[in-house]
Amino acid sequence: MSARPLALSSRIPPGLARAGLLWPSLAIILLFMVAPIGIMFTYSFLTAAPYGGVEWTFSGAAYTEILFERDFLDDSLAFTPDYLIIVARSVFQAAIATVLCLLISVPTAYYIATRSDRAKNIWLFLITIPYWVNLLIRTIALLFVLRGDGPVNSALIDLGLISQPLPLSYNGFAISLGLIYSFLPFMVLPLYSAFERFDFRLLDAAYDLYASRRVAFFRIVLPVMRPGLIAGSLLVFIPSIGSYLAPDILGGGKTLMIGNLIGTQFQAARNWPFGAALSMILLTITLIVLLWLARRAARQQQLN
Amino acid sequence: MQRAVIHPHPIPPGSISQTMAAGQNPVPHPHTVATEVRNLCKIYNAGTSRAHEALKDFNLAIRANEFFTLLGPSGCGKTTLLRILGGFEPLTSGICRIFGDDVSVLPPEARPVNTVFQQYALFPHMTVRSNIAFGLEMLGKPRAEIERTVEKMLDLVHMTEYADRKPDTMSGGQRQRVALARALAPQPKLLLLDEPLSALDLKLRQKMRLELKSLQRETGITFVFVTHDQEEALAMSDRVAVISNGCLQQVGTPEDIYEQPQSRFVADFIGESNLIDARVARFSGCEAILDIAGFDQVHADVAQDLAHGQPVSLSIRPERLVLSAGEGEGRGLATVFDRTYLGNAVEYHLRAGDHALTARSPRGGLRGRQDFAPGDTVHIAFEPGSIKVLLS
Amino acid sequence: MSTARMRDLRTFSGFGLLSVGCAVFLYAPIVFLTLYSFNDGRSVSQWTGFSFRWYQTVFANQNIQTAAVNSLLIAVTAATIATVLALGAAIATVNRRSKSGGEGAYVVLTFPLMVPEIVTAVASLVFFVAVGISLGFVTILLAHIVFCIPFAYLPIKARLEGMDETLPSAAADLYASPAKAFVRITLPLLVPGLLSGWLLAFIISLDDFIITALVAGPGATTLPLHIYGMLRLGMTPEVNAISTLMLAASTALVLLSGLLGQAGRKH
Repeated sequence: MSARPLALSSRIPPGLARAGLLWPSLAIILLFMVAPIGIMFTYSFLTAAPYGGVEWTFSGAAYTEILFERDFLDDSLAFTPDYLIIVARSVFQAAIATVLCLLISVPTAYYIATRSDRAKNIWLFLITIPYWVNLLIRTIALLFVLRGDGPVNSALIDLGLISQPLPLSYNGFAISLGLIYSFLPFMVLPLYSAFERFDFRLLDAAYDLYASRRVAFFRIVLPVMRPGLIAGSLLVFIPSIGSYLAPDILGGGKTLMIGNLIGTQFQAARNWPFGAALSMILLTITLIVLLWLARRAARQQQLN
Repeated sequence: MQRAVIHPHPIPPGSISQTMAAGQNPVPHPHTVATEVRNLCKIYNAGTSRAHEALKDFNLAIRANEFFTLLGPSGCGKTTLLRILGGFEPLTSGICRIFGDDVSVLPPEARPVNTVFQQYALFPHMTVRSNIAFGLEMLGKPRAEIERTVEKMLDLVHMTEYADRKPDTMSGGQRQRVALARALAPQPKLLLLDEPLSALDLKLRQKMRLELKSLQRETGITFVFVTHDQEEALAMSDRVAVISNGCLQQVGTPEDIYEQPQSRFVADFIGESNLIDARVARFSGCEAILDIAGFDQVHADVAQDLAHGQPVSLSIRPERLVLSAGEGEGRGLATVFDRTYLGNAVEYHLRAGDHALTARSPRGGLRGRQDFAPGDTVHIAFEPGSIKVLLS
Repeated sequence: MSTARMRDLRTFSGFGLLSVGCAVFLYAPIVFLTLYSFNDGRSVSQWTGFSFRWYQTVFANQNIQTAAVNSLLIAVTAATIATVLALGAAIATVNRRSKSGGEGAYVVLTFPLMVPEIVTAVASLVFFVAVGISLGFVTILLAHIVFCIPFAYLPIKARLEGMDETLPSAAADLYASPAKAFVRITLPLLVPGLLSGWLLAFIISLDDFIITALVAGPGATTLPLHIYGMLRLGMTPEVNAISTLMLAASTALVLLSGLLGQAGRKH
């Protein structure tokens, strides 16, 4: 042969090629995502500078500040529930949104999954569009209909049901509705794909064994769907708890949630360590929930 | 810089290969070795706790122009061997030659070998025509030649009318033909077939066996065929290698393998065998007299040296057990405990002392053969020359 | 007929009605918003006649144009860079014989999906200020690339995993070099995954508000930021008009990706 045979070993080593392909994305995420969170973690233990930013003095003040207020004069700590209420309100709002999304999504997803292929595609398309439409625009649209002189109130007045506009916007109710409106598609779509995989012969078997429709649904369908229900619930709960736009636009800035509280620390009040501490708490809650879900899923997979 | 490739048709001085086209392969000397592996070892995950030795010091030579089958149960190493020949799997040690050239470290694209993959691996975004042309294009053949060869290949596998279809619009049998045409188009020196019939249903599989065999004759290309289906192996092959557990058990013609199994494994794996423990009573040259518990002594021709008192296994095919109600030439008594009707034969499951035996009569009861029912006591005899002595 | 018709055993009464209710809930606000963008009067509650005047106002507004161009520029650039990066990552993480290390890479690549947006937003702000990159177009772009990577990565990875892994082997068997096998076989088969990954990244980038709001700094603005600013002055017909335009754009993109997905499934 004229040329030396091209040996397998003379190519670029596969390990090196793989690293070259993988590392640019990893590096970008590590540098611009993981490192910033590391910095935040550090900042949460520093002292706030008077005009934003931090001073490099160690302090746990950011974390104690969540529960206590330091008196200006005698430096004593007094319990203040203000921030705790905001955290509790966030959890409460997220929980309400999750439960209501479940109640709406289960029948809807089930209904879609049992349609003919054609109808199914149309329904899926209908649900998918809001999923991808700009969240700010959708929140604005909801504010538009809920306003004092918006279509809902006008219609109710025209019908003579009420004489004064109902306070539908700029309150806790509006935030709840906003969270449901924002994240409802997040629940319907995964539930739909879970129902799609449901083995409907189980339902036949239940009827065959004298189950009523109600019993069949609650004793057979829902328990089998449990993993899907949990996954869907988290997909609503997690973005809800850290939500910024819904409370900001629909709550009118009065009824704050933890997301707004964090945002505010980096804008107006400018207490960076406090904002960083709140972020760490929110992140920890989120990651714990996700980790729990991942371990559950892994266990489920092992069982199958 | 030109990539170093052993082209499917290197041009040996004065060779007729320059004029070669499909169906006109030169007929090399019958004993030319097409491919051989020497002292081949393949260890997966070497050096880890999951290390697995797939091939152990493997030696095999496949002759030019033959339809050669690698036969064995799944996990025996036959597919590993095929993948090593194709260059898809690096070998751990040993050497692999194709027509004399050492190809051990060559990647697949530099080997004059093509493969028909198990699930065909047809390129789904290309038409049948582009699939078949792909290899020729990669070899840098001129446009006109590619077109000519593709047409010829389409004709060869009777797929001309499907030339512009995409693979996913075709049936399993049609895809199979396209995969064959694609692999044959570059005129490989060796065609590797990785269980290509396993995805087809029974009728189609039987039809494709005949087609494959005639394709091999027409093209004169050496086929290396991997299967776990012994019937397939016996039906198509010139020679068969039986592999078990990473080791070569026996190489030979289908008749050799079936009639003269050299190990318990081969006797058991190829067709069905009654395996009976025995002891050598007397041995002289090429004949032995053997003791079987509960039976009269039997004679057998043997090829190997045996010692007195040596324990051996006897292999007897079910169709070569003769059952009769009268004593006649019977060697022992057995009880029928099950009778299975198979259409073209009847199978009897027998118990004789500690031995469980199977006998098969062509259409039991007819043509002078007696039929038996469960519970009957029968006399068993062995057809002359039917006993194979295997070293235990 | 005397006997009641037997109902489909799969259906439950009331579910259909609830589903229709769900769809009405999702669409009513969008429909009203769109409807009033065509209102002639300045009022956002009284219908006074059909008109395109607010669209004319929007199109004449130099600031909105600048914001829209910025948004598009950032979305196209971020989606493209993220898709290229994700393609490399997908190739490196899929098809590997040894599984070790794969999970680690996967966790990092999908990490941006796990962090609450507000946390990402403030962390990015703090980081850019700490390392001294001045806030503006560049910081928006960097932040967008980061959160676009997982959205581009997941569809490409799924497509690659769904691909018959013997195809590249078959190409090599037919004398294609690794580079040629990639260009002729792997890449064409990945096209649907690449397109849907790019589209997802593009939509997500256009959609983002909170991260952009924090890292934008005083100079740069995007369409969502501009609309948010307009909202501070109250609901105006202009807000309706520009929102309707964005709705139309999103819907068109979803339609497009749906069609692409269907074409991809045909392969």
